[in-house]
Amino acid sequence: MDKIRIIEVKESIFEDNNREAARLRARLKNERTFLLNLMSSPGSGKTTTLMRTIEELKHEFRIGVMEADIDSSVDAEKIATTGVKSIQLHTGGMCHLDAGMTEQGLNELGMENLDLVILENVGNLVCPAEFDTGAVKNAMILSVPEGHDKPLKYPLIFTVCDVLIINKIDVLPYFDFDLEKVKEYALMRNPNLKIFPISAKTGEGISAWTDWLRNQVGDWINAD
Amino acid sequence: MHELGIVFHIIKTVERVGDENSLTNVSEVTLELGEVSGVVPSELNDCWNWAVKKTELMKEAKLLIETIPALTLCESCGKTYGTVEFGRVCPYCGSENTYLVQGREINLKEIKAC
Repeated sequence: MDKIRIIEVKESIFEDNNREAARLRARLKNERTFLLNLMSSPGSGKTTTLMRTIEELKHEFRIGVMEADIDSSVDAEKIATTGVKSIQLHTGGMCHLDAGMTEQGLNELGMENLDLVILENVGNLVCPAEFDTGAVKNAMILSVPEGHDKPLKYPLIFTVCDVLIINKIDVLPYFDFDLEKVKEYALMRNPNLKIFPISAKTGEGISAWTDWLRNQVGDWINAD
Repeated sequence: MHELGIVFHIIKTVERVGDENSLTNVSEVTLELGEVSGVVPSELNDCWNWAVKKTELMKEAKLLIETIPALTLCESCGKTYGTVEFGRVCPYCGSENTYLVQGREINLKEIKAC
């Protein structure tokens, strides 16, 4: 019988994932593929926003979509109607995607011939924020009916995102949603956050968001 | 099931450390868990006991959890206070200009093995 030893590790359990994510980002750079990680709660209009975004950009970039869900392929079927390549990733009960699962999805999707891949993460404001997927940029959608206090309740996701899309502004008159308050709360947590108020339904504000994304993708895939 | 995902990451890390140190049988894994990490210790234990059975290296391993208290620092008055009790607003000066200094950790502290 070997002697029992104590091994001091002292490292975050996210360390391995962070390393894998960094490696994936380097691979994406090599392949000249931009990966956007899109997060939100369920029902925020993520799929509708995505479809609008695809319509705006599909003639300029070769786009692919990965839909992460615990089960079902409802969203992937909707996305397929836009004509872009999409696959459904089933997390098998898990509440988030990590870098390893994201890379598996990218391999299946075939990132070599794509300029922009959008990962629709599992609908939830807590767990997806903890795991770096390897994406180049992170965006989240918050919708008007969810309330303007979300940055106070779920601060982490607001700190890890580059972009906050505020969706469903067409229903602002019917809700006690203070657009200035939400901006103030979100910027308090993340002063570099870009904020785009939109209505995926009417199309209002969409071009400001897609202009930003177009520039980001262009910079990434054309970089030396 | 947030805890199950966390357990898979702990197991992965233990397996890597086990590889690096040529371990054959892990009997105890000690985790440092921040008070506001969002992880429920009892759920974590249940997931752990289920998941380790599927491994070779740590089939019988026990999970020990040490809590790291959550502390928030007030930028305005420079004082530190308990996050769970007082939240985001500084109890000393009322400022909202505060940030969490510790309490979100999920660290693998040590492994007992042979």
